[in-house]
Amino acid sequence: MNTPNLEDMGCGTSSATKDKKSEKALKAALVIQNWYRGYSARLKTRQRYALTIFQSIEYADEQGQLQLSNFFSFMLENYTNVPEKEPGLVTRLFGSSIQDKDRQDYLGLIEIPDSYCGPRLQFPLTFTDIDLLIEAFKQQQILHAYYVLEVLFETKKVLQQMPNFTHTNTSPSKEITICGDLHGKLDDLFLIFYKNGLPSVTNPYVFNGDFVDRGKNSMEILMILFVSFLVYPNDLHLNRGNHEDFMMNMRYGFTKEILHKYKLHGKKILQILEEVYTWLPIGTIIDNEVLVIHGGISESTDLNLLHRIERNKMRSVLMPPIPMDGDRAEKKNKLGTATVALGIRTSGSFSEQLTKQEWEQVIDILWSDPRGKRGCYPNTNRGGGCYFGPDITSKILNKYQLKMLVRSHECKPEGYEICHDGKVITVFSASNYYEEGSNRGAYIRMSSGTTPRFFQYQITKATCFRPLYQRVNAIESSAIRMLKERMISRKTDLIRAFQLQDRNKSGKLSMGQWAFSMENVLGLNLPWRSLSSHLVTTDKDGNIDYMSGFQDVHIQKPVKEVQSSLIETVYRYRSDLQIIFNIIDSDHSGLISMEEFRSMWRLFKSHYSVHIDDSQFDELAERMDLNKDGSIDFNEFLKAFYVVHKFDQLNKSDTKLA
Amino acid sequence: MADDRDRDSTEVAVAEFHKKIKEAFEVFDHESNNTVDVREVGTIIRSLGCCPSEGELHDLIAEVEEEEPTGYIRFEKFLPVMTEVLLERRYRPIPEDILLRAFEVLDPAKRGFLSKDELIKYMTEEGEPFSQEEMEEMLSAAIDPESNSIHYKDYITMMVIDEN
Repeated sequence: MNTPNLEDMGCGTSSATKDKKSEKALKAALVIQNWYRGYSARLKTRQRYALTIFQSIEYADEQGQLQLSNFFSFMLENYTNVPEKEPGLVTRLFGSSIQDKDRQDYLGLIEIPDSYCGPRLQFPLTFTDIDLLIEAFKQQQILHAYYVLEVLFETKKVLQQMPNFTHTNTSPSKEITICGDLHGKLDDLFLIFYKNGLPSVTNPYVFNGDFVDRGKNSMEILMILFVSFLVYPNDLHLNRGNHEDFMMNMRYGFTKEILHKYKLHGKKILQILEEVYTWLPIGTIIDNEVLVIHGGISESTDLNLLHRIERNKMRSVLMPPIPMDGDRAEKKNKLGTATVALGIRTSGSFSEQLTKQEWEQVIDILWSDPRGKRGCYPNTNRGGGCYFGPDITSKILNKYQLKMLVRSHECKPEGYEICHDGKVITVFSASNYYEEGSNRGAYIRMSSGTTPRFFQYQITKATCFRPLYQRVNAIESSAIRMLKERMISRKTDLIRAFQLQDRNKSGKLSMGQWAFSMENVLGLNLPWRSLSSHLVTTDKDGNIDYMSGFQDVHIQKPVKEVQSSLIETVYRYRSDLQIIFNIIDSDHSGLISMEEFRSMWRLFKSHYSVHIDDSQFDELAERMDLNKDGSIDFNEFLKAFYVVHKFDQLNKSDTKLA
Repeated sequence: MADDRDRDSTEVAVAEFHKKIKEAFEVFDHESNNTVDVREVGTIIRSLGCCPSEGELHDLIAEVEEEEPTGYIRFEKFLPVMTEVLLERRYRPIPEDILLRAFEVLDPAKRGFLSKDELIKYMTEEGEPFSQEEMEEMLSAAIDPESNSIHYKDYITMMVIDEN
């Protein structure tokens, strides 16, 4: 009479036992589910923490730009104080290499050998050239310098005709696609083109800056974008990002990539590239409604002014306009002489640079970040631009009758993020930006009158997805390593701060005390309590053995006899030093003279208030004159300062210098 | 005297809890305006070492939500509630041995494993069922692709090591 069911079959038991059994199963399931949800949440939190670490460190690095920029200003303003020997140094720092040969001459001198089996472009370019490049780059071929230069020359020519802001319109049948930072990740660009189609008259794109640096295919991305631009100048729109800046490239890897791939003509490529960057438009305005710019806005953003300025005078974020205070005539004379001595091609006037106000307007556009807090504050994280709140967004959008701001500049875990009540969208297109598994990339498709649609993706090297916990482990270890390297580069300062609080000299601090010092000295706003288990050992009372944080890492001493504090200082400032050296080394030989090396260090030292004996540094320099010929190979010099992680299987190729 | 000491140590404990809670909260406060998306509150609570069931979580959220739910939880409301939870040591995590026994209950034949289908059935049909995403996530780490089964003892050991 009872309809047989699964639980009845094969069981000769009474229904009471059956109920008890299923109740047990229910309870067991609950236990497992509860445990799993807790575990999964903790995994996701670890992932978030890792991203927070990466991001904090990235922004702290960018903040270093401000110091460097101030250093350059300081140098330029005080050049008269520089003793006799030094003017050559300053010349090298600030003189742009005189343009010698013009395009025809230069290109005419380059020969493409018959053995070259890379892609050959045909000018005037057509869509077949785009395909050609993509196929070639998929096979890891390198485009010959001749074509690179041709493309750069042509791109500059076409960009010069374009206004500061590109105005474009969409229609229901013609959507536009907006992509964010790519940072040299070629696979992401391929994926976007695969999913979304190649650019064409019916498939327009906006690329919102930061095409280069960090990834290893910045050149290839640039070539594909520029060639596409030349083929479809009215449908492929490029905005300048903060990394389209020759000085940023020196620090973040593109310069190195170029000099490595183009040993013969790299220098020329860098020269032209510098100019091409300055001609990139500041932004794009879609349907008179949507403003697309790389960073953000500030409360004083003046779109009318930005439409008018001579954008090509914005050379670099690290080269603010020379101030003109005091007696104008005298200053002009002094600096007039200087400008000649410095080799800057002016006729004694400041016509070559923007006004301070104009320059700051551009910096705001390229560097600002939206935040939830109302108002507008200096972007202390990055050292440039500002933080702008939802009220600022409303104010500026209303002022110019715009509806939305689309920007990039910040890595987001999901590839995009909407804030300020739907008025600001961040789109970021470099997946796995910090580390494999760190984030997705995204792009937006939109047309007037419809809601924007978001498309996400993530490149993976593995043929099958690794389980989440493995991916999280990977990015977590990577983030912790970076954090430890930071700690070691500030070891002396940290120990001093710890000891100040450790009255009893017990070697221990409370969690609160430790966290306070870490945050203060490192200047990183991180969840220190949660991270402490990865960084230090804690005793059973919850107190922290603060020296344990330095146990399994140390900076390799290139020379034994030199003081740790000097090693630490060089390690800490190695990125800045790299930029400075690169500038001094105007012929990109990789070598600078001992004299220059020493003078640079002295100036650097005084400006950055570094307290290291000159003699210590001299000794280090002597010992590192590896060639013993009076010149320093600074790449070798900087490479010698790397951090050793005690439990590393791999060797020093792990450290990322720039 | 004992009372004073107790009160002091509670104060210290509360102060530390406040900082811990603030840290955990801030990591999910994307707009830096002292609010988090309500959908991430569960993650935050669990990251602080608590293991509420879905039902318990639902109740907690009701406590910290606004009168008229906005989809966001404010820190000012979250802090006191969470501090209580930590002080009272509520929602303690499941010990390893209990977890093992739970798996064994579902494997009465004591084979030492559950088949993929069995696990899916229990996790998505019993208790507080998993969503498809949660199920896929658990399977990706737990399943042995060759036998299409979950050797739960090894799985538990691996997860526990990973967390420590």
